[in-house]
Amino acid sequence: MEMTFEQQRLRTAFREFADAHIVPHANAWDRAEHMPAEAVRQLANKGYLGAVLPADCGGAGFDMVGFGLLNEELGRGCSSIRSLLTVHSMAALTIWRWGTEAQKAQWLEKLGQGEAIGAFALTEPEAGSDAREIRTEAVVSGDDFLLNGHKKWITFAQIADLFLIFARSQRGPCAFLLERNTPGLVISPVHGMLGTRASMMAELHLEQCRVPKQNLVGAPGVGLSHIASSALDCGRYSVAWGCVGIAQACLEACLQYAGQRKQFGSLLRDHQLVQRMIAHMVVGVKAARLLCHNAGQLKDAGDPTSIIETSIAKYFACRTAAEIARDAVQIHGANGCSSEYPAERFYRDAKIMEIIEGSNEIQEITIAQSACQQVADNAAIAR
Amino acid sequence: MEQTKEKLRAFLTRHIAGRTIADEDQIFASGFVNSMFAMQLVLFLEKNFKIAIGNEDLELKNFQSINAMADLIERKTPHSQNGSNS
Repeated sequence: MEMTFEQQRLRTAFREFADAHIVPHANAWDRAEHMPAEAVRQLANKGYLGAVLPADCGGAGFDMVGFGLLNEELGRGCSSIRSLLTVHSMAALTIWRWGTEAQKAQWLEKLGQGEAIGAFALTEPEAGSDAREIRTEAVVSGDDFLLNGHKKWITFAQIADLFLIFARSQRGPCAFLLERNTPGLVISPVHGMLGTRASMMAELHLEQCRVPKQNLVGAPGVGLSHIASSALDCGRYSVAWGCVGIAQACLEACLQYAGQRKQFGSLLRDHQLVQRMIAHMVVGVKAARLLCHNAGQLKDAGDPTSIIETSIAKYFACRTAAEIARDAVQIHGANGCSSEYPAERFYRDAKIMEIIEGSNEIQEITIAQSACQQVADNAAIAR
Repeated sequence: MEQTKEKLRAFLTRHIAGRTIADEDQIFASGFVNSMFAMQLVLFLEKNFKIAIGNEDLELKNFQSINAMADLIERKTPHSQNGSNS
């Protein structure tokens, strides 16, 4: 698949940005479990936080392939800052796609410019892969809803200004825009995660949080089926490209290391078993990138198959990144287990990607069901 | 209208394999669709019937059956006599 001239130009710009502002700092951010405000500001100044929004809404106006390329390059540098792009874009895109005119007027420009940070609050202690089990409740109270509940593992919740949050109501699942300064909302930082340690994760505790009815996104009942589902599709796409970035970073690190490190009198790159791992990396990165590119082109065309193709791309890219990161640590040996080198961070971050935005197992179920439907459809046509 | 319903039925049959779907059958209540189906359906409606589905349309009742979706398409189609376009 060929990139357009504009996509090639964007890719070069994204790569230069990542090399200058992300790659040199990613290990330190990871160790500190903190994303400096300056890093977020630099992302905003480049307009990258408005990547999914059209220019007339205050966004950068990239197409979905362009958005994907940005995720790859940020992901190559640091999965934590790429995860900021992911959750912020999920919130922004949802408001652009499904928000009321008033919600768009209030938030799109701010989110597009990075003056406000968005986050996605679905997961709960008892509701992970099975989102239907959310227990956070929304009860009508005059012209407002009262929200009570507990959200967990919410990426960048430590700094988010606005949450796209999900709750159950008498009329079915609902999606709301919840502002950070809402009385009754308590945000507790989460530390000690395996990977994406600088993603400023937090828990949300909601006690009698009063949210105006105007903050409802879509009607009651479509909160999970349409709102969460479309946001997660964006999230899967972002993570898939981010995994291509992790895999590419591993490949580049291994090529550099294997070209310098000598054992048994010759460079690692001259050992055939190392060559085998590098060959797997090269092929895996290219295949994952092609699947992501395919999903992006389908998204740009508004094609319904973009949903399942995104799932396929996410599944393959995550598995590929995890396998490649494991081999990257192996090639680096003891150095690969040390925080002096980035391989161990890639390895930890890649594992997270196999769990978030739909675990590998959820993707497998979805992809298999889709294939079975296709067979049944073909059989019906043949009859 | 009948042509619209047949297109809808063909799409739904692909996603609810092996089932015959009547015009009034409640698709989301059937339990035969997965979590990605709703968004696939929205994209299908937008692409194939050249309509834009927005916040004002995002109610489950508009997508619950072939009849409901055919009505939505009729309302959203630019040349519709009795509906607004957005």
